[in-house]
Formats: sequence, structure tokens, C-alpha cells
Amino acid sequence: MIRISVNGYEHTVDADPATPLLYVLRDHLALNGAKFGCGLGQCGACTVLVDGKAAFSCLTPISVLPGRRITTLEGLGTPEEPGQVQKAFIAEQAAQCGYCIPGMIMRAHALLQARPDPSEAEIRAAMDPQLCRCGTHMRILAAIRRAAREGAVPSYVGTIEGTRP
Amino acid sequence: MTACTSQDVSRRNLLKAGGALFLSFSLMRPYDLLAQGVESAAGPVKVPGLPGDLAKEPMLDAWIRIAAEGGITVFTGKAELGQGIKTALIQVAAEQLDVDPSLIRLVTADTHGTPNEGFTAGSHSMQESGTAIMHAAAQVREILIGLAAARLGLPADGLRTGEGAVLAGETRLPYGALVSGHELHVQAQPHSRLKDPSTHRVIGRDLPRVDIPAKLMGAAAYVHDLRLPGMLHARIVRPPSDAARLIALEAGAVERMPGAVRVVRDGLFLAVVAEREFQAVVAGRALAAGARWNNPTTLPPQPEIFAHLEALRADEHVILDRQESAGPGVRTLEAAYRRHYQLHGSIGPSCAVAWLQDGTMTVWTHSQGVYPLRAALAEMLGMPPEQVRCIHTEGAGCYGHNGADDVAADAALVARALPGRPIRVQWMREDEHLWEPYGPAMLTRMRAALDAEGRIVDWAYTVRSNTHLTRPPGAGQLLPARHLAQPFPPPEPKPIPQPEGGGDRNAIPLYALPRARVVHHFVPEMPLRVSALRSLGAYMNVFSIESFLDELAAAANTDPVAFRLKHMEDRRAREVIMTAAERFGWPGDRQREGRGSGFAFARYKNLGAYAAIACEVEVERETGRVRLVRAVAAVDAGQVVSPDGIRNQIEGGILQSASWTLYEQATFAENQITSRDWSTYPILRFASVPERVEVHLVERPGEPFLGTGEAAQGPTAAALANAVAYAVGIRLREVPFTQTRVKAALGV
Amino acid sequence: MLRWWLLALATLVLVAIAGFAALAWQPSLPPAALPVTAFDPSLVARGRDLALIGNCNTCHTQEGGKAYAGGKPIPTPFGTIHATNVTPDPETGIGQWSLTAFVRSMREGVDREGNHLYPAFPYDHYARVTDEDLAALYAFLMTRRAVRHEAPPPDLPFPLNQRPLLAGWKLLFLKAGSYRPDPARSVEWNRGAYLAEGLGHCGACHTPRNRLGAEIASEHYNGGEAENWWGPPLNASSPASVPWTEASLFNYLRDWDPKHGGAVGPMAPVSHNLSQVGESEVRAMATYLTALMGPPSGERLGRTEAIAARPDAAPDPRLAAGERIYAGACATCHASGGQVPYTVNSLAYHTTLFGPDPRNVIQAVLRGIRPPEGAAGAIMPGYAEMLTDGQVADLLDYLRARFSDAPPWTDLERKVREVREDIPPTSGSLGGAQVESTPDLRRGG
Ligand code: FES
Ligand code: FES
Repeated sequence: MIRISVNGYEHTVDADPATPLLYVLRDHLALNGAKFGCGLGQCGACTVLVDGKAAFSCLTPISVLPGRRITTLEGLGTPEEPGQVQKAFIAEQAAQCGYCIPGMIMRAHALLQARPDPSEAEIRAAMDPQLCRCGTHMRILAAIRRAAREGAVPSYVGTIEGTRP
Repeated sequence: MTACTSQDVSRRNLLKAGGALFLSFSLMRPYDLLAQGVESAAGPVKVPGLPGDLAKEPMLDAWIRIAAEGGITVFTGKAELGQGIKTALIQVAAEQLDVDPSLIRLVTADTHGTPNEGFTAGSHSMQESGTAIMHAAAQVREILIGLAAARLGLPADGLRTGEGAVLAGETRLPYGALVSGHELHVQAQPHSRLKDPSTHRVIGRDLPRVDIPAKLMGAAAYVHDLRLPGMLHARIVRPPSDAARLIALEAGAVERMPGAVRVVRDGLFLAVVAEREFQAVVAGRALAAGARWNNPTTLPPQPEIFAHLEALRADEHVILDRQESAGPGVRTLEAAYRRHYQLHGSIGPSCAVAWLQDGTMTVWTHSQGVYPLRAALAEMLGMPPEQVRCIHTEGAGCYGHNGADDVAADAALVARALPGRPIRVQWMREDEHLWEPYGPAMLTRMRAALDAEGRIVDWAYTVRSNTHLTRPPGAGQLLPARHLAQPFPPPEPKPIPQPEGGGDRNAIPLYALPRARVVHHFVPEMPLRVSALRSLGAYMNVFSIESFLDELAAAANTDPVAFRLKHMEDRRAREVIMTAAERFGWPGDRQREGRGSGFAFARYKNLGAYAAIACEVEVERETGRVRLVRAVAAVDAGQVVSPDGIRNQIEGGILQSASWTLYEQATFAENQITSRDWSTYPILRFASVPERVEVHLVERPGEPFLGTGEAAQGPTAAALANAVAYAVGIRLREVPFTQTRVKAALGV
Repeated sequence: MLRWWLLALATLVLVAIAGFAALAWQPSLPPAALPVTAFDPSLVARGRDLALIGNCNTCHTQEGGKAYAGGKPIPTPFGTIHATNVTPDPETGIGQWSLTAFVRSMREGVDREGNHLYPAFPYDHYARVTDEDLAALYAFLMTRRAVRHEAPPPDLPFPLNQRPLLAGWKLLFLKAGSYRPDPARSVEWNRGAYLAEGLGHCGACHTPRNRLGAEIASEHYNGGEAENWWGPPLNASSPASVPWTEASLFNYLRDWDPKHGGAVGPMAPVSHNLSQVGESEVRAMATYLTALMGPPSGERLGRTEAIAARPDAAPDPRLAAGERIYAGACATCHASGGQVPYTVNSLAYHTTLFGPDPRNVIQAVLRGIRPPEGAAGAIMPGYAEMLTDGQVADLLDYLRARFSDAPPWTDLERKVREVREDIPPTSGSLGGAQVESTPDLRRGG
């Protein structure tokens, strides 16, 4: 049993401690935001935030996560109230198949938290670990610039509020 | 736990249709429907002469149904593949029905629920389904007006429609109140009273894509996200190659691993099933480690692949033989071009969920063709087709015939072994890279003569290629079916006939060429498994033709754009060429070191959208790196339903084609594929994304829809090659333009 | 501390230079204007290979900048200096340099104007290069695209920023005279020695340096460092897991070897360059270096396979945390038995796990590995955001115990922190604060 904090909720997970976070998020916690793309740290589809920084959940064993705060796409906003970066992606219609986009949003969010006003070169360098096959890159970049224009992104790594079964 | 399917979630913002009025089957969610047992749709009667796919499914209520409280459900046999088709179809229906788009619920491909529209492929969706829905909606609107006229005792031509109701002065008769029985269960007519395009309020306007919010908010949007009660996870262990044979298998320990439920074996088909997904992954690795294979050498050495393809038997198809009078050629040019094998490479590997329950096999799949897949699965499983149901549920980007059908077959085979339990199979990255059918390696040869005025008078072109179509409905087209103890052999590959063509797609130039001969050398034997990759042969043919056109233009000492216009009579083609050139500022900055501009044009399949692309590249001499700096496209897609949707498709096409053209080739060694992941098959990353991409649409209100999904692939490749030639004076004739190839061409 | 020591020594040298002022002063050589067409293409082609062997592009090209146009910051223990523009631009490059001026710079470390050059430019090695090869290299550089680009001045503290001081350095450490073949050795060995000692300047990273930054001649190839990476010994004390053979070193230098993997860190561009050079040159270098390492002792042969075959489960409970990290973060690729591309059979094949210095493993774990843009090559994610310093240390403790037979590394958490401080902020970690690990995960109790 391992206790992890996801989007402000504590979960007790019955899984081998070596299980990568991605499988726990998707399979145990029924969260869809993080996607399996390669499981090899090559594509970024599985990107989530660990203590506010972008991490490949496909290669992060849950054993290293107790006491650290995990944020997934679901933690940034809801359909009723999308987060700032999500809103920017919708405004730019920055998706084709959309499969890569959750990871893009997470990494963009981490970037904007650390650098609220990144240069174009910084955005491109920061996004380099993320692959998109549909060629949505121009819109993804536009969405990140738009999100940056909207001001500082919230941190979402505040206190752990409660538990959810 | 509740079952949840993509259809529900992605329609979150749309009004839900309530109980249907006059349905031959339920409109409820697939899962509920399944729980109640399924009925099969009546087989359609083909009616020629009806617009779009109304010819395949002429009954109006197969396309549009209206519920008592006014909810409107539109059915399409096409699937959302990330191309935005749902939104565009909703727009078409909303326009002709005069309702707000948010009131329309769209049901996509489902063998037990929607018309059979074959495959969602070839940029046909708007032409086929869009046209059918547009006409069906217009005819439904006429029926509704007629019903209102009868009810009110007024002449029909005095009535209007708006906001989901028929209007007569102050009187408002909502659609839902007008239909009570089988009024829409009528056959479509050849002609419809379509809205005057100048009055369009929804068509041609940017409606935010209906599928995007769910995808960006973490709702269950993909088949990967499907969770059914009691669902188990499976992983497949494949042989190292198609020719390999299993010598020994140590599976006992695997079945005792934590969470492991079963090892399924049927011939060379090996799968492991577990309670949890990661348990299945770990058990899959253990099973792979416990399998010993004999893997003979079967592949030609990669450096010799083109010689190998040249040596294979080919069927010759002369697809153009034009002999008009023209002056003598004074100068003849020749060239040959090559293209390596390339991958679809979805970011999300193929996935499916299958459930054998009460004698019915239900498969949630991101296949491009649920009906053909059903036929193939039925044959493989030895089940009657009515007892196999395929429901399209979105996957990651598709780009053609990838692993979707194969993984559906994997899931069905495992589900057959474990009746009653839903089985989810997701391929690992290497499954996708190693086993998806690739876009074929191709060779083209070109010879043309110019007359004294610099005009092309003779044109001879051959394209040599494997098939570009190995899709179902044959069970032998399903990868695991070939590995069963009772294998289904793959059927003899066939070419796709003109005018669409497969390897010879777009092999016939749209230019005015008085004497021209175009031959397709169709090679039946496939060294590597191949099938349809976005735009099929058009990518290579347009790359070759449009590169060669620049070579001819240079020989004629004419500007490449002027040279194209000189040989182009098609008015719409001329307009996109001129628009792209003008918006780009052709020929661009000629001064900058290592920079150059390139231009290319094609009309996809000579039937679809017109696209002209100008681009600027930068070539680094010392490294051989080619960078796309900016691209400007002009597109004529006929009547535009969703301008932003088309722009998105073209932008994506340009970037994807740039990635194919600059980086991508599948690699293989004597007995196996070696492109196993993104480290061995690099694609475009952000560091190489262009500075700017612009797409300009040439509006054609009232003209038929022309498919755009694949229109950018060929022109982008040629524009890049032409820009490199312009920038540094070397002609690249082999795709991809890897740094090694570019450096070799540049010399020291 | 080091700083103070250096300062003292530098002052000493300052006093000493009075005696060899004549050496410190070097004349400016007249500007030359050679037409580019004057070079024979075959000479240029040979120069190209030599430039690749010399790894010139790596230092003289700034990230995102034009080839050979300089500007790249070169960190040294004394401060940062910037590589110069070696394109034939007359104002900012070497466009006005005659062959004589070029040869003098390569052999004596003096620019055309007569200024002493810092020995980060390895003229102590280039002095070994023959006249013909220098002429070829010159021809190659003079036929590059001229790029106008001024490299920033060195960022060094006084008195190290006093170039005449370098005359003292040269007097002590620069040996004149080009390579003299050893008649007792084969032609190939001699060719390899000439390349490795000369243009290849292998010793720059693989030989320890003294406090004045000069290679210690008596410890030739005893292991050195570069950019906070460890350069393993290339002599008989090579700790390589699997002893090097000519064939495997050749593979490694050009691309990738199934028993050793591929080059990472500062060695990666070297191997990328060598992959484009004539095979015989690389083979010669492999021959020479393998000979330096000598035949492996019998006990080293087969050792790696035995280690690789041990179970992954950690017998020592103190290693359990690291084992779990390995299982979840590393095993997907590294326990695939070489199935995942660019991985070797087992981590036991990696020399770096056997060496005394853990920095290369720390660097690789924190930074990850990326191939050049658009090219095939190993991709390893950086774990800087995923693992805390303590967790990286746990992992390394486990890796060392599981995959080598060497004694445990010490003080790992501090070493991880030091390497992490050195990593420029990248995606996701831009300016972000270092995360505190929770008490139960903290090391050392
Ligand atoms: S799935 Fe984690 S990086 Fe690709
Ligand atoms: S939008 Fe499809 S992979 Fe990025």
C-alpha cells in the first residue's frame, strides 16, 4: 500500500511500489488525462506535474512519490471551469486527434509556472520532449503564448485537502 | 463503476436526444444497448443517382431522427479521426435543418446503429457523408414544412423554418411536435432544395470543435479510456517477424505472476491476460522472455531495397496514353526518385476492447471501417456477422491503415478465450512501430522534353510500388489471424483502380501535356507489410512530378510558378497557385545565405481539394540540416464548411509531411524491423517546427465539398525539395532528406 | 580555496615571466587575403576529415549558431572562455590569417595579432600535427562560409586574464615538435597514435590535469574530466566492465557497440564526428588506444556476464528503495536484454558503473540523453524532475551494488546535488525551487 497525493486528494494504492505512476493514475484512479504513448520517456504523452514540475509518469515509480504532490490534467480544470492553459488550447483549437495534448498542457503549465513570460525559444526548448504526430505544433505554440498573455498560472500544488476513495 | 463511452463524453455540451420516436433500434448508449441485446440494422438497398452516400443508404431516417422533445440525432457511418468531421457534419445538418448546432447529437460509425459508409479514408468524408447529410437534412426540412402545412392548412411555400421549428407568422411548430411516426422513414430524392449558400449561417463559420473539450479536460474521450465492469487487460507477444516460428514457450511461471489470469495461445498468437494493466505489461515481458523463436533471414538488405523492388515482378498498367499534336522536343530531361518505407506512427498505440457476451462479440475500435472490420472479425472468429458488433470509439491520430483493425482482432481473440469478461488490449510502443502496415517504399522515373519555347511536349512517367491497400474485410488482412494455428493467409494484393489510384494516385499530372504516357508498375510481392498511409501514392507522385517540374523550369530558364501557370489550364488550379505565390511574396528573399524558396501544387487525386504550397527553407551546409522556416498554402476545398477545420488539417498536413520528408524512414536488418521506437524512427520535434505556417482558403460557395485531409502531403514534400535546390543548388531525389544524404549531395 | 591557491601560483609565474619576456612577446603577422578557389578540392576534403577528428566544430560552434562561427562558452576551472570564430570572415574570423599565422596558432597558441591563446584550445596536442595536415585543415576552414560574429572576450579573474602570463604556462607545458613515429610499432598503431595524441587530443579529457590546468605527463590517460563528466582512464587501469577490443572501440567511436553502448555527454559529439570520418582513421585510433589498455587480465574476462546474471532483487534491505526505482524507472529499457534500441544487455556492461567517479551516471540520470535533432539515437529521459537527490543517490547505490563489483560510492547525495546545480534549467524545471524530499526518503538516517 502506497499513499500518494493526486490533485489535492490522498489515495492509498494497492500496487507494487515499482509500478509507474501512469498505470496507477489510469488503471487504479480512473484518471484519463495522462496517456500512454511509448512508456519509454520518448514522447511526453504521459506528462504530469510532480511538485509542480513536468515529469514522465510512465517512468516514475510510485515508490518515489509519497510526500510529493502530483497534478494531472484533471487537476487543472473541469469542463465547466477549464484551467488557464486548457482555455488557451480551446481558444486556439489546438488539437487534431488531441491525444498528445494533455501532455502538452501539463508541460506548458510547468513552464509557465516557472517562467510566466517565456520567449519563443524558451517555449520551443521546453516543449521539445513532447511529440505530436498530427502536426498541431503551430497551434500548440500559439496556445502557450496565449496562456502566457493571460498572466501567471496558478500553482495547484497547495495543501492536501482531503481524501477521496 | 459506470461504463462510459466516448460518444457520451464528447457530446457533453450537446443536448442529449431523448427517447426516439420511430426507430427501428434504440438510440441509447452502446453499453446499454448491448446489455439489452442488439438488433441488426436492415441491409441497405443501393440506389444510384442519389447524392453522396445516400446512394448506399437511401432512407432518410437512417441519417436523421427527431425526438418528440425536439432532440435531433444525426447518424454518420464515418468516424472522427481527429480531423474534426463530427463538427463539420453537425454544421452541415444544422444549416439545412435550420437549428442551432448545439441541438444536434451526432452518432458515428457503429455497425448496429449507423449507415454503412465503408471506410473513413481518402478524404472522402465530406464528399460522401457530408453530402448525404446535407441532402437528407434539406429533404427532412421539406418534409417538416409539408407536415406543418398539412397541420395548419396553409400552403407550404408560405412557411419558413428557424430555431428548430416551422414558422407561420406568429405560429411556431417545433419539429418534435410535427413528427409522430414514420414520416422520415422515406427514401431520399435525387434533388434537394438546398439553402442558397449566400444565406448560410452555420456552414462556412468557425464552430469550435465539439470533441476538443472532453479531450482537453481528461474525460473519457478515447477507446484507451474505456473502462467496463470486470474488464481485464491483455498484452500480445508477437514473433520477431512474420517468418519466425515458435520453438519453445515457458508460460507456466507467467500464469503464476501477480494478477495474471491466463496465457492465451493459438498457434503463434500469444497473449497474456491480467487483472491490472501494469501486471499485464510485466507478465507480457516475462512471456516474451520465455518464448524462443526461429527467425530466418527473409528481408533484403536495406541499402538494396530499391534494387530489390526493381527486380520483383510487376504488373504494368498504362493509366494515361495521350498523343496530341505538338512540336518537337529540343531538350530532354530524365530523373528518378525514391521514397523509403514510412510509418503512421500514432502517438497513442492501437487499442481495442472486446467483450463476448451471450453469443455476441462487441468490439470498441478506432478502425477506419467498422463494417469491413466486422466482416473480417466474423470470418476470423467463425461467427455470423450479425453477432459481431463494431463500435467506433476514437483513437489517437490515424493517418491511414494502422494497427486499429489488428488490435481489434487481438482483443476479439482474447475475449473469445475468456467469455463474459471485457478485454482491453493496448499495444506497446514496439508493437505499433514493428507491426503497423507501413507506407510503401516507391520508385518513380521521369522523362520529359521541352520545345524551343520552353514548353513541355513529351512526358513519360512510371511509378513502381506495392499495393497501398491491405485493409479488411478479409480475415487474412488481420495481423493475428495470420499467426493462428489455423492461419488465414493474406489475400493476393490488388492495385486500387484509377481515377483514385493507389501507388499511382496523382501519377497523372493536372498540367496540359500534349503527349504523355503514365505507367503504373504494380509489384504484388511485399518485402514489408504495407498499406494505406495518408495520401497513399500521391505523396510520392506529387513529390516526383512537382520536383521534376522545377527541374524542367530551370532548364527552360523560367520561374517555377510562371512555368506551372504556363502549363495549367484548370481555372481553380491557377487561382490557388497564384494565391499561394502572392501570399508568400514569391519568390521571397533571394539574398540570404543558405535560404531558398520552393513551390509545388497538386489537386489531391485530381478529384479532391486543390492545394498550392510555397515554403522557405534554411540549409546548414556543415551539418546538412534542412529546416523548414515558413510555409504558405492556398487551398480550394469547394464549399467550405469549417474554415478553421480545413486550416487545421492543412497546417497539420504540412508539418507531418515535412517530418516524413526530412527525417523518416523505417529501417530493417536481415530478419527484422529495427525501427522499434522514436529513438530509431525520429520524427519532427519542436526544435525544428517552422516559424510560421499560413493557410489561405479560396472560397467556393455552393460548389461540392472537396476532401482536404490529405491535400498537403505531396505538395509539401516537393516544395521542400525545390526550396533546397533553390537555397544550395542540389536536387534531392530521395525521401527523406536526412542530414547524411544532404551532406553527401553538398560535398565538402 | 582553489582560487586562492591559483592566485598565489599565478603571481609566482608573474614574477618569473620577467626572465622570458622575449617569449611572451609575439609579433603580429601581416594580414593575408587568399582567394578561396586556390585550394585543391582533395586538400579541402582531407581537411574536412581532420577537422572532424579534431572535433573543431564542437567547440567553435555555439548552440543554435552558425558552424565554426565561435562564441560557445567553454567552462574551465578558472573561468569561462569563449571559442573564437574560425570562419574566414576577415573582421571577426580568420579571413586575414595566412597559412603561417594559422600554423603558428595551432603549434604555439598565438593568434595572428600575436596574442597568446588560452590552452583550452589544445595547442599542446595540435603541436604534434604535421605541416601537410595543418595545410589541409587550413584549406578546409578557409573554404567555409564566412560568418560575421564576434565571440565574447574570456571571463577570467585577474591575473588569469593577463595573456602574457600564458608564456610562462607554455614554457612549462608546451613541447614543440610534431609526432615522431615509433618504428617498433605498426603503421596503423602509429597512425592512431598520431591522430589520438595530435588532432584527436584524447588526453585533454582522459588525462588528469595539474593545478595550472596542464595535463600531467606522468599520468598519461589515467582518467580526466570535461564539463563535470568523468573521462575514464584509457591505459592499463581502464575500469571498463567488458575489456575493450579494437572492434568494439571502433564501433563505439563511430556509433554504438553492443558490449559498451554509445558515447554520451561531451564524448557524444566526438563520436558523431568520427562517424563521418574514413573508417581506417578511426580503426587506427582504436588500435592505438586498445594497445594502451593492454590485454585484460583473465579475471576480467567473463566477469560482466557473471554480474549481469545475478538476480535483480537486492539482498541488502538498505538497497531496496533503489531497487524499486530501478524496477519502475529503468528496467523497462535496461532490463530488456538489449531489446530496446540503444540499450546493452545489462547495465553491468557500462564502464561508468565500475569507475571511481559517479558523475557520469548522475549526469545521465539527471539530464537524460538526446540524439541530435531529427537523427536516430538513444533517447533517455532526464530524471531531474522525477527523482530527488536522495532518490538518485538511492538508485546509484543500488546500481553500483547490483551491476558492478566495485566498492560503494560515497557521499552520493552531495555529488548529485552538485551536478544538479550545474545543469542549466530546462523544461519543467525552469527556475523552479528544489523540492525537499520527505523525511522517510531522506538518506543516511
Ligand atoms: S508515454 Fe511517457 S514519455 Fe511516452
Ligand atoms: S493532436 Fe494528434 S498527436 Fe498531437
